[in-house]
Amino acid sequence: MTVATHAEHHDGPPSSFFKRWFLSTNHKDIGSLYLLWALLMFFVGGTMAMIIRAELFQPGLQVVDPHFFNQMTTMHALVMIFGAVMPAFTGLANWMIPLQVGAPDMALPRLNNFSFWLLPAGSLILLSTMFMPGGAPASGWTMYPPLVLQTGMAFPFMVFAVHILGISSILGAINIIATVLNMRAPGMTLMKMPLFVWTWLITAFLLIATLPVLSGAVTMLLTDQFFGTTFFYAGGGGDPVMYQHIFWFFGHPEVYILILPAFGIVSTIIPTFSRKPLFGYSSMVYATASIAFLSFIVWAHHMFTVGMPLSGELFFMYATMLISVPTGVKVFNWVATMWKGSLTFETPMLFALAFVVLFTIGGFSGLMLAIAPADFQYHDTYFVVAHFHYVLVTGAVFSIMAAVYYWLPKWTGHMYNERLAKLHFWLSVISVNVLFFPQHFLGLAGMPRRIPDYSLQFAEWNMISSIGGFVYGASQLLFLAGVIICIRGGKKAPSKAWDGAKGLEWEVPSPAPFHTFDTPPLVK
Amino acid sequence: MALGFGGCVRFDGVQSALAPVSPEADHVFSLSWIMFWGSVAILVLVMVLGFYAVFGRRRPALDGNKMVIAGGVLLPLLALPPLLVYALALGDGLRAPPPEGALRIEVTGHQWWWEVRYRFPDAGDDFTTANEIHLPVGQAVEVLVTSNDVIHSFWVPRLAGKIDAMPGHANRLTLKAEEAGEFRGQCAEFCGAQHTHMAFVVVAKPQEAFEAWAAGQRKPARQPSSTEARRGLAAFLSQGCVECHTVRGTPASGRIGPDLTHVGSRRTLAAGTLDNNSATLAALIRDYQEFKPGADMPSHKDAFDQPTAESIAAYLEELQ
Repeated sequence: MTVATHAEHHDGPPSSFFKRWFLSTNHKDIGSLYLLWALLMFFVGGTMAMIIRAELFQPGLQVVDPHFFNQMTTMHALVMIFGAVMPAFTGLANWMIPLQVGAPDMALPRLNNFSFWLLPAGSLILLSTMFMPGGAPASGWTMYPPLVLQTGMAFPFMVFAVHILGISSILGAINIIATVLNMRAPGMTLMKMPLFVWTWLITAFLLIATLPVLSGAVTMLLTDQFFGTTFFYAGGGGDPVMYQHIFWFFGHPEVYILILPAFGIVSTIIPTFSRKPLFGYSSMVYATASIAFLSFIVWAHHMFTVGMPLSGELFFMYATMLISVPTGVKVFNWVATMWKGSLTFETPMLFALAFVVLFTIGGFSGLMLAIAPADFQYHDTYFVVAHFHYVLVTGAVFSIMAAVYYWLPKWTGHMYNERLAKLHFWLSVISVNVLFFPQHFLGLAGMPRRIPDYSLQFAEWNMISSIGGFVYGASQLLFLAGVIICIRGGKKAPSKAWDGAKGLEWEVPSPAPFHTFDTPPLVK
Repeated sequence: MALGFGGCVRFDGVQSALAPVSPEADHVFSLSWIMFWGSVAILVLVMVLGFYAVFGRRRPALDGNKMVIAGGVLLPLLALPPLLVYALALGDGLRAPPPEGALRIEVTGHQWWWEVRYRFPDAGDDFTTANEIHLPVGQAVEVLVTSNDVIHSFWVPRLAGKIDAMPGHANRLTLKAEEAGEFRGQCAEFCGAQHTHMAFVVVAKPQEAFEAWAAGQRKPARQPSSTEARRGLAAFLSQGCVECHTVRGTPASGRIGPDLTHVGSRRTLAAGTLDNNSATLAALIRDYQEFKPGADMPSHKDAFDQPTAESIAAYLEELQ
């Protein structure tokens, strides 16, 4: 491999702030914008979560009225999924994919600018509904009719925001596919790509396949509401169950959109800090592809209680169980990677290891939910809430934090403060379990989700869960502090910030210059 | 059940799937613990393996893909089919049709209360009540669930899993309580502002007690006995209550709100939310929106005064 950095021959970033940040076509600047927007939305959505946990601290209604509580649960989900986690992964993709495949930029730089700026537009339209008469959408993020049709003025704005955010993600996905398939450095065959690139390539196909389905579903809601169609209205020959089928045909692959890049990140970090190559690289690629395929044929496991006959549910039970095979392959590959490795436990590694353990817990609760007769009890309870927060917080969010600590030296040229980061990790990993583990018990004991007031029998575990929630929320301020301190200064990072790290991104200086790989590196 | 966390989880809850009182709920309860401890065992196994991978002394070199194939492929492929077969057998029982001639109860979800209609072989025996379901112990009854507006979900954790109340569909659930008692049920599908306050009570009682209760519910409403209650009836008939509520035996025959023919006999008010007593009843009549903002029942603060509300409450309380 040759080190190809000729930044000194090229123009640096534009000197005008407006030109640099608003008109940017540079993958690194756009990546930073995505990440900063995601961080902002993470705190907006997190504030909503704090309001939810404050109300649930005790039975009865103390802090907010039920309608506002319902707005909070709905908006928390929409903001975290479409505003925080997806943009964070897209930001990581923007920054790292060109660096990892040895490309000078994304394949479609102007489209990149457009897809980013659709994101704040869509997010702000969504957030603005909170100030409209009738308040924000309060129908749950799944937007089930007929309930969603009772939304006030916010309804068309919510649909519009979903359309815009969907277009943003689809364009981003097109760009990633074009970059990965066309811009790889000479010699980098598909099966030599870093796993983060592989998982994102597969994720991008999932995005393109499913987001139009969501857009179609919400458009049908829109025409049911304003143009007298009856797609989902039983009185007009439609069926509310049909919406759920369409929604979850999008919704389940969406779950993997939120987790496949996380697999890529963890598969990057564990080898680095084990100082060994990833075990079973090709099986990891095939496992990712299998999970992506299976994600399209399991959607109705979200709907076991709508009254399907058991024979219909059988297929979805069986297909869901199959997902445990490729997922198991991944977990054992990570264990095998660490086998006889020379391990050190810097913060990215700690987050990656916590991911493996806690995501596995989320996988087991997922398996329990996949068993239809048991799901009749678990469905729509706090057991489900516990399950998907294990997958999305200790899964997706932890992987994003691992990635941020891992690549911060490359982005900023400084090492982050390891003690602060470790404090952030330990506080997070302990409090997140205090927050979410008791929710398993609450769900098994019969507490439905999306309720601001609950029966006295659920009081103790809710209080414990809320305490965990407040500590977890406060701990994230350490993350913010750590990132800001690292951007402003710190120990100088070498071009290869981690001694076990492999990959093209570590061959360019830290911070990565404005332009990299103008001459493609040669990959042997 | 000896399995479980011991003190960690309360088993005595009125709404707990961990305190089953029917064979169906009991099977799911056992299955839950099997899956729970199975998951814990495999998780611990993987974690121990992970620790060994990192810290173990004298680890042998990895022999190709054997560990990954054994743990990632063979383990799930061997462990899961029995689970699937067991779940299928269990599910078959759960969704089995009720025996011929079983009592049928039609439950309709409304925002935010439950309409409960008892159907007997002789249609003349049918009656309607709300937010409270009485069952004879030890007998399977057929519950047909639907909705009048948005999607709700009918769930009594101690008796059975949930089934959605879906507009345009009639979903069936078979309930069978093995012991007498009162069990809390709650709407489990998010249905709007007062979803949290859409509960109900299931009362399982011996056959004779059930028959006596049903006979009482079949009767039309009794005549008011006190002067206050008579004033209450007059106010009830003149203040618009009849537009939405039915009291059999009076001109009140509205179908929008709950049937109040025997409201005095019910344990709770406002769909399992508040205890049933005259003070609460009067407060609800005067300003329902204070308790359940967003519900269809309007506030009557400006329509009539507190004494009127109290007299209506006195009348309704007599409707045992």
